[in-house]
Amino acid sequence: MKAVRAGFLPLLDASIVIAAAELGFAEEENINLHLMRETSWANVRDRVSVGQLDVAHMLAPMPIAQNLGLSPLSVKMIAPFALGLGGNAVTVSNALWQAMLKQGANELGDAKANGQALHQVLLNRSPITLAVVHSHSAHSFELRYWLAASGINPTKDVNITIVSPGLMADALASGAIDGFCVGEPWNSVAVAAGHGKVVTTKSAIWRSSPEKVLGMTQKWAEQNSETLNRLLRALHKSAIWCATIENRETLAGMLAQPSYLNLNEKILLRSLEGRLIDDIPRQDFIQFYESSANFPWQSHALWFYSQMARWQHIALTSENMVIAKASYRPDIYRGALIGTAAVLPDQDAKIEGGLPGLNTGGFFDMITFNPDAIEDYVKRSAFFGALHNN
Amino acid sequence: MPVAQLAILVIDESHERATLIERGLRDAGHNQVIIVSQLNGLVSRIEEISPDVIVMDLGNPNRDFLEHMFRISKAIQKPIAMFVDQSSEQSMFDAIEAGVSAYVVDGLKQERVKPILDLAIARFKAFEKIRLERDEAVQALDERKSVDRAKGVLMQAYAISESEAFVMLRKTAMQQGRKVAAIADAVVQSARSKEKGKK
Repeated sequence: MKAVRAGFLPLLDASIVIAAAELGFAEEENINLHLMRETSWANVRDRVSVGQLDVAHMLAPMPIAQNLGLSPLSVKMIAPFALGLGGNAVTVSNALWQAMLKQGANELGDAKANGQALHQVLLNRSPITLAVVHSHSAHSFELRYWLAASGINPTKDVNITIVSPGLMADALASGAIDGFCVGEPWNSVAVAAGHGKVVTTKSAIWRSSPEKVLGMTQKWAEQNSETLNRLLRALHKSAIWCATIENRETLAGMLAQPSYLNLNEKILLRSLEGRLIDDIPRQDFIQFYESSANFPWQSHALWFYSQMARWQHIALTSENMVIAKASYRPDIYRGALIGTAAVLPDQDAKIEGGLPGLNTGGFFDMITFNPDAIEDYVKRSAFFGALHNN
Repeated sequence: MPVAQLAILVIDESHERATLIERGLRDAGHNQVIIVSQLNGLVSRIEEISPDVIVMDLGNPNRDFLEHMFRISKAIQKPIAMFVDQSSEQSMFDAIEAGVSAYVVDGLKQERVKPILDLAIARFKAFEKIRLERDEAVQALDERKSVDRAKGVLMQAYAISESEAFVMLRKTAMQQGRKVAAIADAVVQSARSKEKGKK
């Protein structure tokens, strides 16, 4: 049996990796999967880079940022497998929610109505502070996207800071921040403690959107290609199991254990059911398998890159675009899962938000992202001109 | 002319380890060493201290926040990066392996940072060794307690002497290829569940 060390942070979207180890999917593929819980994304990045971890549950933009030179270490990283779609939400303090209600906020978590309500609130007060988990995270980019599409300038009208997922509820309760965008179950934990209100979800901002990947160094992937293929097959089986509704209670109980999330099982079950707002279940809140949730679409990598360029984290050049795109490896995914039940798209990229009903996902502002026309997309985006002419 | 002293900030929730690092740095002639173990108000403290080198425990859950602050804070005048240049990447690898993360201000020379980093790495390793030994000592004590209890159970159940009870434990352990302590745990557990069953 080949030992593989895998890092994770205590989050709902670590499910596929955790279940692969717990339920023997890894073992069936002759892999001894050692799970190691980490305390920060910086740790995950550094430990994978230096080889203390072989693979990790990782923020989707993290390998891209590292390859573009935005991280301290210059080790090449790749993402050959996505660990699901969706799973985040935006939560605000009770005081901010009351102010939003007066401006027509909607109880159902509607991204458009609540974005507009927040915009109205901000016209009459000093900037608020919102937290995300990392600069190079889907949270950061989807929060900025939602704000900007609602008329709020994320670089001026709000302060965006960084707080670790498990510390979000406390930061909100203490008044250090006015709201946050974080993965589950940390929104539900804050709501259950009475500290805030979920105003919208990642799935409402961009349906079926990318969130975490299985990240690793290119070197490890090259030197262990057979092991990697087996690992991806184990994760594929685990993803199907996690996505099966009948298994949700078992999954919630597994995640609740002290060595994983160490939280109340009931809160986890509600999160898995997508019952974040008014107890209404939302099937597409978090997707572990359906909608090609594990395929590493290069259009996802390119969308993250477009947002890095939009907010001036990186220059918009064709070299950078190639680096971002190559960080995602659909070729490895296909090679590993050929002959299994996995759907293997023959394209590496798609138009995001383009074809509703065909599992391509959709942005709440109805704008589509064509990965072949990034420059145009970035230059037309809200606040781009104001930011880049200064 | 003496080289200007570097201000070194050690952020560590383990005060014991921070003190160990501080002492080492002072012995090496660094007099401007500041230890911070509380994260409250850390950013304003960093502005105040204006450190040239920041040494931090890799296990600190606020690393993502601190890295972000180093990158964007206008109040922290000089940009802070995780290492000086490509040539220092090996030192950074060694540091991460030892559980240290270090950040240095832009413009600092590798020759000046490396000794500090090496020292921090050595102290982290020394601390880890002490911790391991302590854990082992605690574990050994727990195991001995468990073996004593198991011996008591067996002595009563079979009306045998203490040494006979120990032989019995050891023999079982050898047969099953397990540790004596593991067999002792099992004996104590099963005696307890039998007790519960009676009640």
